[in-house]
Amino acid sequence: MVIYGVYIVSKSGGLIFNHDHNVPRIESERTFNYPLDIKLSYENKKIVVCFGQKDGINVGHVLTAVNGSLVTGRDLENGKDVFELLEQPESFPLSLKFSRARMTTNEKIFLASMFYPLFAIASQLSPEPRCSGIEILEADTFRLHCYQTLTGIKFIVVAEPTQNGIEILLKKIYELYADYALKNPFYSLEMPIRCELFETNLQTLLENVEKSGAGSV
Amino acid sequence: MSRAGTKLDSKKVNSELFTLTYGALVAQLLKDYENVEDVNKQLERMGYNMGIRLIEDFLARTGSGRCYDFRDTAEKIQTGFKIFLGITPTIANWSAAGDEFSLCFEANPLTEFVELPDHCLNLKYCNILIGVLRGACEMVQMEIACWFVQDQLKNDNVNELRVKFIKRLEDAIPAGED
Repeated sequence: MVIYGVYIVSKSGGLIFNHDHNVPRIESERTFNYPLDIKLSYENKKIVVCFGQKDGINVGHVLTAVNGSLVTGRDLENGKDVFELLEQPESFPLSLKFSRARMTTNEKIFLASMFYPLFAIASQLSPEPRCSGIEILEADTFRLHCYQTLTGIKFIVVAEPTQNGIEILLKKIYELYADYALKNPFYSLEMPIRCELFETNLQTLLENVEKSGAGSV
Repeated sequence: MSRAGTKLDSKKVNSELFTLTYGALVAQLLKDYENVEDVNKQLERMGYNMGIRLIEDFLARTGSGRCYDFRDTAEKIQTGFKIFLGITPTIANWSAAGDEFSLCFEANPLTEFVELPDHCLNLKYCNILIGVLRGACEMVQMEIACWFVQDQLKNDNVNELRVKFIKRLEDAIPAGED
């Protein structure tokens, strides 16, 4: 029973709320000798493993630190270029730390607004009239559940494929939204939700559902 | 009024507190604006802003679906009154075209201790309700107009709130709904 995250997309398609609930952080550090036995490449301002998978370092993982010094973009803390460093045999042995790529807020906003037209296309593609749009999107590692309210707000929960009772959870989140976001006089509609009460109540709800199933809420 | 976590029964919120708070609001508006018409307008505007938020609470709580008929809407509005004000107005006086109806009710928690003084006979004391209805319906893509045709504060026998359907806001209907 794992819920990975909750997203709320406004009527106009903007991400107004995001909560990463339970994303296991995978990190692995290893000491390497020259030459490096994995291939790294620079993509989307990150250094990622593109080939060569071993010891828990998988393709797609991101280089986060070299000898304990954090990597931002392709530079180290002292401003040196990581690729240059990796080409110099004298700098080895090196300890490299890899972790699973985490989405930045910008990427989340981007994905949320991508889901919006996808949802609309799905409802247009439908062979039957009056189709609801995407309600469940399933993959091997997760299942995305979407609930659109009559007013056009989408509540999205990403969970394990085996997690059931998400429909009830989505309705509960809608109730929390109606209570703690909308009744907050300082929250303006369509804007990102920054309400602590909403967040804490959501957290409690998600934990309850994970622990004892959706029937208990 | 929040339910989750606190397990507070929303019906148990004292209606007198609500009545008096609303009274204080109207009295303050009368002080702030010289003109009664401005107060009417302001009340409606406030109601509208409440309505566009309150609708989510209504939908989340009742789980009701979309209305495809104005009669459905009438019943849902009636439920709304029950949930939020604790009164059940009767639906009456349907127009022949089925696009206009009245909500009649005698007990009105908003006006429980109220008498209108002479200088504000034009005051639409309950105008906030009109705004709430308009705002709430607009969020579910329905444009309506409403007004009071009878008002107990003006010595009518009942309160009669007339609701008229204007149009569906087709552009605003979210994808996957129509």
